[in-house]
Amino acid sequence: MSFRIIVLAKQVPDTRNVGKDAMKADGTVNRGALEAIFNPEDLHALEQALLIKEERKDAEVIILTMGPPRAANIIREALYRGADKGYLITDRKFAGSDTLATSYVLSLAVKKLAPFHLVIAGRQAIDGDTAQVGPQVAEKLDLPQVTYTEKFTEIKNKEVSIQRRLERGVETVSTPLPALVTVHSSAANCRPRNAKLLMKYKHARTISELQEETKDYTEMLNNKPYLQIDEWGVADIEAGEEQLGLSGSPTKVKKIENVVFAAKESIVLSSEDNDIDRLMKDLIDSHVVG
Amino acid sequence: MHNIFVYCEIDEGQVADVSLELLTKGRKLANELGCKLEAAVIGHNLKGIEKEIYPYGVDVLHVADDKRLAPYTTLAHAHLVVDLFKKIKPEVALFGATSVGRDLAPRVASKMKCGLTADCTSLVFGDHKDNKSGKEYKNLLYQIRPAFGGNIIATIINPDTRPQMATVREGVMKREISDKAHKGSLKTIKTDEVLTDELFPVRILERHMEKKKINIKASPVIISGGYGVGSKENFELLYELADVLGGEVGASRAAVDAGFADHERQVGQTGVTVRPKLYIACGISGAVQHTAGMSESAKIIAINNDPKAPINELADYSIIGNIEDIIPKMIKFYKQNTK
Ligand SMILES: Cc1cc2nc3c(=O)[nH]c(=O)nc-3n(C[C@H](O)[C@H](O)[C@H](O)COP(=O)(O)OP(=O)(O)OC[C@H]3O[C@@H](n4cnc5c(N)ncnc54)[C@H](O)[C@@H]3O)c2cc1C
Ligand SMILES: Nc1ncnc2c1ncn2[C@@H]1O[C@H](COP(=O)(O)O)[C@@H](O)[C@H]1O
Repeated sequence: MSFRIIVLAKQVPDTRNVGKDAMKADGTVNRGALEAIFNPEDLHALEQALLIKEERKDAEVIILTMGPPRAANIIREALYRGADKGYLITDRKFAGSDTLATSYVLSLAVKKLAPFHLVIAGRQAIDGDTAQVGPQVAEKLDLPQVTYTEKFTEIKNKEVSIQRRLERGVETVSTPLPALVTVHSSAANCRPRNAKLLMKYKHARTISELQEETKDYTEMLNNKPYLQIDEWGVADIEAGEEQLGLSGSPTKVKKIENVVFAAKESIVLSSEDNDIDRLMKDLIDSHVVG
Repeated sequence: MHNIFVYCEIDEGQVADVSLELLTKGRKLANELGCKLEAAVIGHNLKGIEKEIYPYGVDVLHVADDKRLAPYTTLAHAHLVVDLFKKIKPEVALFGATSVGRDLAPRVASKMKCGLTADCTSLVFGDHKDNKSGKEYKNLLYQIRPAFGGNIIATIINPDTRPQMATVREGVMKREISDKAHKGSLKTIKTDEVLTDELFPVRILERHMEKKKINIKASPVIISGGYGVGSKENFELLYELADVLGGEVGASRAAVDAGFADHERQVGQTGVTVRPKLYIACGISGAVQHTAGMSESAKIIAINNDPKAPINELADYSIIGNIEDIIPKMIKFYKQNTK
């Protein structure tokens, strides 16, 4: 049996680079204009899996993502970097899932891939910044969890040791396997795409993507079965519909307000001596300082 | 039953600041609903801990004291909290958005199959009508938080599941003793009866915790530097200004990432939230993720060589120019005009 590692990765809008093009005239963000990227901490998670694969020849890295059809892009990105296989969990019925419904779906998909040794997730996704999905998947699978992983210090067949990054320190722990770990951004950066793997997996597609491309792909898949990215929907993972999407999500969004860069009455000063002196005098006189 | 609950975290033998802030908020919420405030402390050597907690208005304090419970490990703490929730059925449950709270709360929420909102910046009660079912709800907890990298502010509710769970970062809520003489009742959790070996799969082999060094939150004056400060050496100018004005130095994430300042000084969505009397933003562009942590400062001065930098719109005074030029002038005037 191989040492199976399942990496959970999410495609997210690049909220870190809200440039001028993504701003609307009213000062709010046009979310549609943001690029869809591999969630940064999930790349760190993938790297941890790939490092283990370098150390153990029997390791196998599977990437799992739940999202819309275009999330197949991040599976390809993972294949280019050394993952062995990817699954796209996609279904309209998943739309509107909060972290609880998402972790329910992911836990069912992970279960279908049993037996496994490790599930590795990023600490948090930059769209929601919740950091909840990892621990919740662990709970649903009844696995021990180790959050904020910085590195694996020892890998054995039935146990691993992990260095964790806490707010004000580090901690080294051991956990029996199988276990779920989440990876912190202070862990090693992910390696770049590998040119050979890029050539090998460039044409990896999900069946729905192939159908859109209308080419005849049966021959291609017969010769190179590794080019097929599997897609799973509600029926494949045998999910209970009441636990999915909006109905399976206890949290509801009541209201969304766009942050507007509010203009405030402000006094503009130059760097000339008299401007600075006047300002400092104001501050001292009004007891803001001094 | 149906009370407000706060998980109190222990930090270096004391109740963590964030927990005391949550107790303060919890007391106010409990007053609004006319219910009790309950809290739990889980750890070891907790004798007398209630004296620290009661003044914040806690009516019922649950204590689990066992050497296996410190330092914190997930499954044991989660098990005790879930057990307690099943018994006391809280209406609202608050946790610190700390390494511990963000490890624990999602595990508990998953087990309880209830909603959890991370990193709330504001918590208030309000009513709700479900458009589909027409069902009306009174006094739901509005959990308000920035999302999408701080570009939107979302109000989240959990209409049908209990408890309504939320985490809040340190420094977001104010901390206030409600009544020095207040006494609650103490309930001891019999750990021997509930803790089994299976709850300790993860073993701690080693721990290095650093003492809390800097606490910029408490400072009435903050001089913050961004990427525009340019170097670690240039940050010395900020320390100098902070020194003469009696303040602390803060930083933007870009400055922290560039190695100009320590992470503990980071202000903003993923740093600390501050509301000093005076905030001077030097070479900071004013991204929402940064301003989320300082926009409530009483007075804001921006120093930036770009007249179009967004920070200028938030500032009471915008000084257009280079920090290398301006900060020494400020120091000079201040030194000459005060004793
Ligand atoms: C999920 C998420 C969370 C984040 N959390 C935070 C957070 O908590 N805190 C935070 O700060 N950021 C956070 N960020 C990052 C944030 O989006 C910005 O990237 C960051 O705040 C920019 O820092 P800055 O203003 O220092 O740098 P820049 O945007 O590079 O701005 C530098 C400024 O300095 C000016 N300047 C240059 N040279 C000089 C000079 N000589 N004199 C005067 N002015 C000069 C420039 O005109 C410019 O306005 C977060 C981002 C994400 C996606
Ligand atoms: N839709 C998803 N598909 C795969 N993994 C996910 C998904 N959502 C969250 N995750 C994983 O859970 C982590 C935490 O996400 P979050 O709780 O949304 O901050 C991410 O870094 C991913 O590893």
